[in-house]
Amino acid sequence: MDQSQAKQTHPPWPACPVPINDHGVIEVAHGGGGRKTHQLIASVFIEAFGDPLQTLGHDGAVFTPGAEQLAITTDSYVVDPIEFPGGDIGAMSVHGTANDLLMCGAQPKYLSAAFVLEAGLPLAILRRITASMRCAADEAGVTIVTGDTKVIQSDRGDGMTITTTGIGQVIARTPIGPAQVSDGSAIIVSGDLGRHGIAVMCAREQLDLGNAIHSDSACLAPAVLPLLDAGLPVQCLRDLTRGGLATALVEIAQSGQVDIEIDEQAVPINETVRGACELLGLDPLYVANEGRFIVILPEDQAEHAIALLQTTDFARDARVIGRVTQGKGNVSARTAIGTRRVIDMISGEQLPRIC
Amino acid sequence: MKYIDEYRDSTAARKLADHIARTATRPWTLMEVCGGQTHAIVRFGIDQLLPDEVTLVHGPGCPVCVTPVALIDAAIEIAQHPDVILCSFGDMLRVPGSSGNLLAQQANGADIRVVYSPLDALNLTKENPDKQVVHFAVGFETTAPAHALTVRQAHEASLDNFSLLVSHVLVPPAIEAILGSDLNRVQGFLAAGHVCAIMGQAEYEPIAAKYKVPIVITGFEPIDILAGVAMCIDQLEMGTAAVENPYARAVQAQGNTTAQLLLREVFEIVPRQWRGIGEIQRSGLGLRPRYHAFDAARRFKLFADKEEHQHQQCIAGEVLQGIKRPHDCPAFGKACTPDSPLGAPMVSDEGACAAYYRYRRVTVSGV
Repeated sequence: MDQSQAKQTHPPWPACPVPINDHGVIEVAHGGGGRKTHQLIASVFIEAFGDPLQTLGHDGAVFTPGAEQLAITTDSYVVDPIEFPGGDIGAMSVHGTANDLLMCGAQPKYLSAAFVLEAGLPLAILRRITASMRCAADEAGVTIVTGDTKVIQSDRGDGMTITTTGIGQVIARTPIGPAQVSDGSAIIVSGDLGRHGIAVMCAREQLDLGNAIHSDSACLAPAVLPLLDAGLPVQCLRDLTRGGLATALVEIAQSGQVDIEIDEQAVPINETVRGACELLGLDPLYVANEGRFIVILPEDQAEHAIALLQTTDFARDARVIGRVTQGKGNVSARTAIGTRRVIDMISGEQLPRIC
Repeated sequence: MKYIDEYRDSTAARKLADHIARTATRPWTLMEVCGGQTHAIVRFGIDQLLPDEVTLVHGPGCPVCVTPVALIDAAIEIAQHPDVILCSFGDMLRVPGSSGNLLAQQANGADIRVVYSPLDALNLTKENPDKQVVHFAVGFETTAPAHALTVRQAHEASLDNFSLLVSHVLVPPAIEAILGSDLNRVQGFLAAGHVCAIMGQAEYEPIAAKYKVPIVITGFEPIDILAGVAMCIDQLEMGTAAVENPYARAVQAQGNTTAQLLLREVFEIVPRQWRGIGEIQRSGLGLRPRYHAFDAARRFKLFADKEEHQHQQCIAGEVLQGIKRPHDCPAFGKACTPDSPLGAPMVSDEGACAAYYRYRRVTVSGV
């Protein structure tokens, strides 16, 4: 792990001789680059992630990519609270980056993980988060090979933030992206929407909605890889994270210069999530997800794609929700009462309404 | 989902739309009072189902839209005190005051919390005895009872670190102000169902009689709104002007008498400034003298009676009175967007301009 630029947030004390577990929390000294940092790396990170390439103690990882095309992506993860029903920041930071690689038609291979820890964070929580990352990485078939740790003073962050960078091997046989989307293609959504956003909101605001809603946070590999392996002519894949389905569709329509029409009634939404959205004045099409994606491919391939998707647990609700038409980047929805409305990006976050 | 799906049924919607088309023999202009109804109309494209004879104009019932600039400025000033926690409903945070909004103050380090119920603000008060907790009490008759309850509970618990910045407005005086204006073109009203669930229908009877307008108590789902329009058009065509209540699943004629008692105990009727409209006599609620200790304006000595400033291009006042529609504004979608609103109706989802911008900016063909 790279400690060479460890942030000095207090005078550089000599490495503290007190054993790491004495306080049970992250201290500023853990970011000092000295013995405490090394103890932390060994006892938490290497303990959780293993060290298959023997690189976690080094400045970086060296590996041979082969002749394949590679994909790379990076993302920072900030969530309050860091543990929520159905997931935590650790699993999210692996799923999110692995999913971004999958959306490029690539199989995730290697991951880096950089942690900014707030002093006072209980080590027990950090251990839970890293264990959860390991679990998520194993599921995604990805190895965490390098990383970094910094510590900031308490009250300057929400416990911790994680930045992961992923490298994947491209396995799609044709390019995947908005530019490939063509007139007449079908839009398939992999499952019901809005669980993650509502689960985190309920946990953060302590809203008790009776039926607990769990985040959909998941690695999409088991659903995406069979599509690519089967050689289906997938034009575009997009995971639905911040901004939800609506924002993803607008991004695709605008960058692909096509129009998109969806049938609002066809979009699957869990009843509790729907109830929460009605209650809070939120539009579920804009609520965040962490384990859902859309597939765009020629209409005559939709049935085959859905059959493949539905073999995966979290994609059992996969269905066609709309189609692509010629146009200039507009997205519209057919409403429940048979009229049409425009779908656009919203300005900033959705805020709960007064009444 | 029960109480939702049956009120969004396309066959029922078409049936009501057909009834309206058959009934309306000449042009009629109706106003839906509440911003929640405006949002539903535009989101579901309900007006696309109506015949050309029926025009819907959008009323002043968006609490975010009508809260005067002076009160936003007061909230910002209070939030800047280092020992204050300011609580607010979410969509107030984006509303521009004379310079900046609460969201910007929050980014600058002010302790501003979004609450879902004013009782959350009361809990914060108990958890933070060394802080002054101020709740921005915005809204119509719908949110007022919960605010009254917090004040009574704070009084009973002798909490000296809780206060309300009160900005409550009332629907019937606004309807009267619109009907009394020389520019009025509204011939029938869809009254706000949730306001009537609290207040009942009695206060609308004299308005319907005096101004000879039908007033139909209307809910918020597409079928509710179409039913409200249908009953209003039926009355207009027959020449009657009564208060009708097709929203009986939520509204009883006498309203919620427990809530009304609570309101009367804590609040008294006062004149209020309406953003974009001006002062309307007896159109708002203020704390009664025995609860003045919980009045944030008094506690922080903010009695500024600022003149309402409206951006030169902005026609918010006319939009809120149903005189013009968002598309009539030269700034709509150009100088004025949800990212940089010139007037409050472009801020909240309930604001007519924001609803038009979000759902109507691009003309959708083939409807």
